[in-house]
Amino acid sequence: MSVRPADVSAVSATVHRIAIAGNPNSGKTSLFNQLTGLRYIVANYPGVTVEKREGRLLGSGIILVDLPGIYSLSARSPDEAISRDVLLGLLNGESRPDAVLVVIDASNLERNLYLATQLIEFGMRVVVACNLMDEVEARGERIDCELLSRELGVPVIPTVARSGRGLDELRRALMGGSIVPHSRHSLELPLEIDRCVEKIASDLTSSGATTCCVSRSAALLWMTDYLSGDATGRAASRRLVAQVPPALAEEMARTAEELNEAESDIAAAIIEARYRHVSQIVSRVRVQRSGGDALPRKASIRDRVDSVVTHRIYGFGVFVVVMGLLFLSIFSWAEPLMGMIESVQALCVSAVRVWVPDGLLQSLLADGIINGVGSVVVFFPQICILFLFLSILEDSGYMARAAFLMDRLMSRVGLHGRSFIPLLSSYACAIPGIMATRTIENRRDRLTTILIAPLMSCSARLPVYLILIAAVYGDRLWLKTGVMLGLYLLGTVTALLMAVVFKKTLLRGPRPTFIMELPPYRLPQARVIVRTMWDRSKQFLTGAGTTIVAACIVIWALGYFPRMDVADLSQEVVAQLAELDGAPLGVDERDHILAGAQLRQSWLGRLGHLIEPTIEPLGYDWRIGIGILSSFLAREVFVGTMGITFSIGATDDASDMLRDKLAAATRADGRPLFTPRVATGLMVFYVLACQCVSTLAVTRRETGSWKWPALMFGYMTVLAYSAALAINQLGAAVGWA
Amino acid sequence: MPKLLGDLNPGQSGFVRGVGGEAGIRHRLLEMGLTRGTLVSVVRVAPLGDPVELQLRGYRLSVRKSEAATVHIEAT
Repeated sequence: MSVRPADVSAVSATVHRIAIAGNPNSGKTSLFNQLTGLRYIVANYPGVTVEKREGRLLGSGIILVDLPGIYSLSARSPDEAISRDVLLGLLNGESRPDAVLVVIDASNLERNLYLATQLIEFGMRVVVACNLMDEVEARGERIDCELLSRELGVPVIPTVARSGRGLDELRRALMGGSIVPHSRHSLELPLEIDRCVEKIASDLTSSGATTCCVSRSAALLWMTDYLSGDATGRAASRRLVAQVPPALAEEMARTAEELNEAESDIAAAIIEARYRHVSQIVSRVRVQRSGGDALPRKASIRDRVDSVVTHRIYGFGVFVVVMGLLFLSIFSWAEPLMGMIESVQALCVSAVRVWVPDGLLQSLLADGIINGVGSVVVFFPQICILFLFLSILEDSGYMARAAFLMDRLMSRVGLHGRSFIPLLSSYACAIPGIMATRTIENRRDRLTTILIAPLMSCSARLPVYLILIAAVYGDRLWLKTGVMLGLYLLGTVTALLMAVVFKKTLLRGPRPTFIMELPPYRLPQARVIVRTMWDRSKQFLTGAGTTIVAACIVIWALGYFPRMDVADLSQEVVAQLAELDGAPLGVDERDHILAGAQLRQSWLGRLGHLIEPTIEPLGYDWRIGIGILSSFLAREVFVGTMGITFSIGATDDASDMLRDKLAAATRADGRPLFTPRVATGLMVFYVLACQCVSTLAVTRRETGSWKWPALMFGYMTVLAYSAALAINQLGAAVGWA
Repeated sequence: MPKLLGDLNPGQSGFVRGVGGEAGIRHRLLEMGLTRGTLVSVVRVAPLGDPVELQLRGYRLSVRKSEAATVHIEAT
């Protein structure tokens, strides 16, 4: 058994690391921020994207670790499992914390004490912060913290995290040696169950894996986990008894199962016994002011807000406005900032062109590195704004309402109400969308949402759609609008269908559940929100950024090498340039023809030729192949690459010249290259293909493994290829031009 | 008369008599406080008809109707 014995002899031993545990919405993080003075570092637990925040307790050398919120030690989701594993010292490479600060929401005492009593019984040194005392007082109630401290056998400090009340006392309690391990077992269980628990506890003790004072708690937890029957619970129960010999573990399982059959549901009986125990404590420590059964004032405000926010009609009105603001903020408010970043990027490029001599170094700096860094930084405003928005929505309590509102729709495709916002954000850009999936607790739901997010037509596809539609659909406005709408619909419908597919196959799990607390509305604190936004945005820069920059440099190199002298370029280009010599053309035009010629014979160009046989059935030639290859960096690169490949000057998104060039481009036999059929197939390819290194890098970051981005890339490429193939072949069969 | 929580209309309440359904979900609901004898009331139903908002033990919990249908209650 890996749970270490409570070290009773070391009462005064120094405390180095204190974990902060508590229910979601108990003000845990707020307290952590106050205790560390907002000076903390964020990282991730290895292999998962569960935020790991560590900071120094102000005025001491003690490290505080803020854990994700949990309702009980029987973790049912992998994110909760992290909290539990850290608390019990089961996480690889991390020792068990020396003490635990349990934060409880005083206005929701019963449910919060459930976890607190579990932790106390494990023989940990515990300090309880009875937080949000102001809300209790506003209700006309009082909690006798001294009595609660005696009942629980651990220090209980009344606090109000946002105003700082009780913080000094709490700090003193955490630093002082008064935290003693304590393992009082007041849980009264039915006799048969008690006997079974004792049997398993003595098995644990005799195996030498634990000492008597925590083995009972370990036995209780193991039984509830083991008997919960689902995969997460079973896995958690196995981790708990990892050091017990297999034969003994089997016997424990037999004991538990036999009793479970005889007594119907022992896990339920244990949970109920704990709630009975907690209710008794609460009835003793909670004092209602005389005549205090009047309706809580705060709740009535909340009800009035809720009756609007979750109203059948107004509720959706509010929702549409909030989502509209969210959408606008990513789509257009970030625009000026993104424009500024692009201008700075352009400035840097021209500076390099002026100061660095022509050649490899200049191109590497200008086209590779600055371009690579730029393509990361350009997303930064969008991501900051999105996270600012999401933090406000989350902290105020609206996010839970949005999930409540949208769950019915999302459940149709097997998802959770919380998947809606990430998917909507993905219309602007899949990167913030994927990062927004962090609010989804269930791992399978979260992975499904991440996997389908890049199918929502993001803003980077827009330039591609615009130029291709303009090239082949001319000036027929209704047709252009229809095609555009069709492309967006295609992406959305495919995303929802793929959600069903993933939920039924790879990410199949127990029936999806929706058991979610609807927290009270609370005013978010500006400092905290800005800090959260910054933490998460920074993770994007450092985590995904490096991958993106590296990929940009690789693609640059593929497009740059091998370099040839102008004289060695094909006869055609040399002739073309000679012809231009006399013509009154700018330097730009010459440069573009040269660049086009160089690109054609570069590795990237050769790759374009190499993949030609595979894209031939789609109706594409090698030039489109180069466009597709280079736009694996980012889709909008397609437009620029087409500009270079077809050797024209301006490469503006809506450039008339490029549009005409594309419309006039012909194959070797003189047939037009971009027919409506080919262009439509290409647009559908762009709807479905995962051509975005940044998305893949963020997926890697958020899922902690290359497996998921690989799957994302694979399934989307297959979808894109088959759809484009079907359009070209079937289109040709029915005689579509 | 015993009923299911899923059958209650907004504004109605009852005492929990027991939770059925699959073990994992049952235990989750119990841990959230839906234990025997707990007074639970339905606050509202989401605009699209699902999920429902419950009030119990001084806080609000939202569950889908399919989950509410596993909770047996004694109507008050």
